[in-house]
Parts: sequence; structure tokens; C-alpha cells
Amino acid sequence: MKKLIASVLCLALLATILAGCGSSNTGANANAGTGSTSSVSGSIAMDGSSALLPLAQTAATQFQAKNPDCAITANGGGSGTGLNDVLAGTVDIGNSDVYAAEKLTAADAAKLVDHKVALIGVATIVNADVAAAVKSLSSDQLKSIFSGQTKNWSVVGGPNEAITIINRPTSSGTRSLFQKWALGGQKSVEGATSLQTDDSKALLTTVGATKGAIGYVALSYLVQPSAQIGTVGIDGVDATYANIYNNTYQVWGYEHMYTKGQPKANVQAFLDYMSSADMASTIESSGYGVIASLNAAAAASR
Amino acid sequence: MESKLRKLKTEYLGRTIVTVFGISIIVLTLAILAFLGYKGGATFLTHGHSLASFLFSSKWDPAQAGQVGTVGSAVFIVGTLEVAALALLIAAPFSLAVAIVISDLAPRVGRRFLRPVIEVFVGIPSVVYGWLGLTVLVPLVARIFHLPFGFSVLSAGLVLAVMIFPTITSVAADALQATPPESKEASYALGSTRWQMIRRVALRYGRTGILTGIVLGLARACGEALAVAMVIGQSNSFAHGLLSPTNTITAVITSSMGNTVNGSEYNDALWSLAFLLLLISLVFIVVIRFIGRQREDS
Repeated sequence: MKKLIASVLCLALLATILAGCGSSNTGANANAGTGSTSSVSGSIAMDGSSALLPLAQTAATQFQAKNPDCAITANGGGSGTGLNDVLAGTVDIGNSDVYAAEKLTAADAAKLVDHKVALIGVATIVNADVAAAVKSLSSDQLKSIFSGQTKNWSVVGGPNEAITIINRPTSSGTRSLFQKWALGGQKSVEGATSLQTDDSKALLTTVGATKGAIGYVALSYLVQPSAQIGTVGIDGVDATYANIYNNTYQVWGYEHMYTKGQPKANVQAFLDYMSSADMASTIESSGYGVIASLNAAAAASR
Repeated sequence: MESKLRKLKTEYLGRTIVTVFGISIIVLTLAILAFLGYKGGATFLTHGHSLASFLFSSKWDPAQAGQVGTVGSAVFIVGTLEVAALALLIAAPFSLAVAIVISDLAPRVGRRFLRPVIEVFVGIPSVVYGWLGLTVLVPLVARIFHLPFGFSVLSAGLVLAVMIFPTITSVAADALQATPPESKEASYALGSTRWQMIRRVALRYGRTGILTGIVLGLARACGEALAVAMVIGQSNSFAHGLLSPTNTITAVITSSMGNTVNGSEYNDALWSLAFLLLLISLVFIVVIRFIGRQREDS
């Protein structure tokens, strides 16, 4: 009797597994069958930069709505993961916040084709207590804070609170953008007043919860306003895309989608869609910048 | 023929299955060891850093894209050991006390109530501990000690203590419960109070088991990543005290692995740290085996 029950259960399990496979197969067949109604089909896989992920996901959803036969999967994992995976051929597109040459060896970087899809601005953020008094810092003040020389907000016109620096890890793309363009290449001090968070969301929370905290996040993380934090301009210039477009705010970089060699047709179609006029409003409302809006001087600065 | 077939079914079939699974586990373990050794070795063999600069320097600034940086990991190694030691210091007395309650003072309450509670503790995922630590403990530490932030060795030690408490407790309780009843009764017969019996008989019998629990707890404390990363502050500097932030091996690996590419100095340095972590846990396993052998001898 026991044996009978066991074999019935086994069969049931097997049947479920097979049924699972079967249904996914028929799903794929169905897609292939209706392929004639749309020009783009097949699947596109991408992963990498977590800063670009929200935009990539939005774009994927919109693209799939227009091309129902195309299946796009978008994952995060970090710019390094994106470059690794696209180089290994496990994904079609590797998303990165930085140029491939900044992470890969020259030989590997040469195998990849860069598709710049958007701009990303990085803003300096501070705890609400500080934001109430400090609206902008000069770049010298910013350097002095991140080098550990200025230790109290009262020195730069803020409340009498100790400064706590919240960094991203040294491997982070946001950190390297901030270091290069806001701090003039100067490295942040490491010490008991300088913490790190794994990701930008945790950084927002930490800056919001820590009195006297200063950090930096991509503008895409500031689309929804928060009462716990405030942004601080540099040399009187606020971190907005208008200021990036007219070349007055310098802390920004390109978001890249890398392909190994020239992309296949469906990937090319998706990349074209990313830079289409359709996407421009989505890019801006998601907290990214449109490359075509850069003025000549800003475009020449990179 | 009939009997041969039967023997095949009753004996060889089972034996083959068990052997295959057993060997694959061993092969898997060795493969992981070899892979970590190969990847972790690149820091020294490919990038040319010395073992001393990896272990004893605190200059952590590994490069990407084929450049040369520094891979000093002393901060993370010391941080890991500090946090694990603090967690043990906090958890061990509680664990021992609860183990004694379960085994001798109130076995019925222990079996019906304490054991299930401890099992619940084990089942809580570490991200939940980390989240609780981040939202409850970290602000509390900041408020109590009037600090700008509560990310500290103390916070990490407390979170880890809660996490390793069930491990130590259940192993220690098992050990105490294994005390032969005759010895306990003999102790009572000689006029011991219950406390004297526990101290002189049960704790002595259970000593090696308790030590095993402690080492298991330490091993878990060293390897825990998520919860610690959320409350330690990840500051790349040595802690000045319990209230100061620092960083651990697991935290630095999780925070940077996605941002680095294979074969870069940064990535290989992280693999070296992973290999070091494996070596640390191997040391703990050797210690446990050693303690176990002593128990057999006595």
C-alpha cells in the first residue's frame, strides 16, 4: 500500500514537472506562431549596472508592449557583472555606469561595442538638518569635507554637527564619477567618520537617518522627494539635468549598454528604441538625462 | 538467478546510490576548495602582491582594468575576528544558562517551550536579523551613547550574538543531557545540591560538547555576511573601540563583487578574501575534530 502511494506521488511529481516544461514550450511556440505580426522577435537578455536597471526595465516593458514577440529579461548585479557576462556571451547586453576600459583590460574592452543610451547625474545629498542651512558648497569645501579636513558643518555655515561621510564601495561607478568630477580625482578619506553602504538605496536611508551625514547618489534615486534628505549644489549650481545640458553642472556620466561585437537584429532594434524620441520623455521622468539634449560644450567635455 | 537479482536489488543498488552521492559531495567540496585556491592565488601569483602585504597591511585600494593598487586586508580580518569574538562573549553565557535550564533545571519547560523557541530563532533568515538591527538596534545604540550614528562593532556583535545563540545552546544542551544518570545520582547521593551536581558533574561531562558548540558559533559568526554588513558601517579603518565602525571580510566581498570584472586585481583580491574565509572555517573544523577526539579519549 505504502509503495503504491509512493509511486503515485512520484508519478504526480513527474507529471507536474513535465506539465511545467510542456506549457512553457507551447508558450514559446505560440509566440513564434504570431511572429508575423511584428518585426522584432526572439529574446534579449541583459544585466549589469543597478543604476541603469530601473530605466532598462521600463524600456523593456514598453518595447515588449510594442513588440509582443520579443522577450526581454533585465537584471542588475553591478556594472562588473554586466561587463563580465556580456564578454562571456551569457547576456546580449551588459549595462555599465562606466566605460568598459575603466574595468576591463584593453584587449577585452576592444571586443565590446559601446552604445551610450542616457546620461546619469550624481547629486551630493545631506541629512535634512544640514540641508536646512546648507544649500550649496564650493568645490574646495566639498574636497575639504571628503578629505577629512573639515569635520564639522559649522565650518561651512551649517549646524554644529559632526560630518559623517557615507560612501559607496571603491568599486562603485557612482563613487568613481563623484570622485572624478566633484572631487577633482581626490580620494575620499577612510576612517571612523567615513562609512560605506552596498547600494544607493541603503545610502539614501543612512544619510536620512544619520545627523550630519553627507553622501552622493544618482539623480534617478531622487525622483521621489524625501523629507529626510536634501540635495546640495556645487559652487551654487544645482544638480539638475538642465544644468548638465548647458554644461554648468559637471558631475555626470554616460550610461552604457555594451554588446559583444555588433548586436543582432532584435538587440539593435531595442538599442534604437532606447535612443528614440519615444524614450526621451521616459528617460527624463525616470531621473536620467537625454544625450541629444547636451549642448556642444557639454558633449565636448567628455 | 533469482537470488542474484535479489542481491543486486537489496544490496548493490542501495550501496551504489549511497556511494555515488557520497563521492559527489566530496568531489564538490574539493572542487570549491581548488577553485577558491586558484582564484585567490592570483592576487599573489598574477598580480605579485606579497602574502604579508595582504594580511598585515591596512591599505585597501585594489585597482581595476589592469592597473596596480594595494590589497591590504588587515582591517577586514581584524574586524571579522573582533565582531565574532564579541558575539561569542555576549552569547556564550546566555547559551550556557539556557542549556542548563533545558538539561537539568527545568527539562519539561525546556522540551516544551525553550527548544521550540530556539528552533524558531534558527529559522529566521539573516536578512531579517540585519534589517531589525538596522532599524531598531543601530538608532538605539546611537541614542544611548549620543553618537552621530550607531553603526559599530557593538551593533554587529549584538546582532551576531542573537544569531549564534541557538547554535551554541542546542549543541550545549545535547551535551549536558548526555550526562549519564548514574553519575548525577551518585553526585546527589554524596549530598550535592543540584547546583553542585550541575557544576561538578554535568558541566564536566558536557565540557567538550559545549566547546564544540562554541566553535560552531564562532564559525557561523565569521561567515555571516548580510546581517553584519548592514550594521557594521563598512568603514575601511580599524575600530577604535566597541562604538566605532569597521568592516569585515564578508561585507567587503558582498559590497564589491558585482562591481568588479573577472581577472582584475580588485576581483582577485576579493577571491583571496573568500579563500581566507574558507581557511578560517577549516581551522574551526579542525579544532572541532580535535575537541571531539579528546572527548573519545576521556
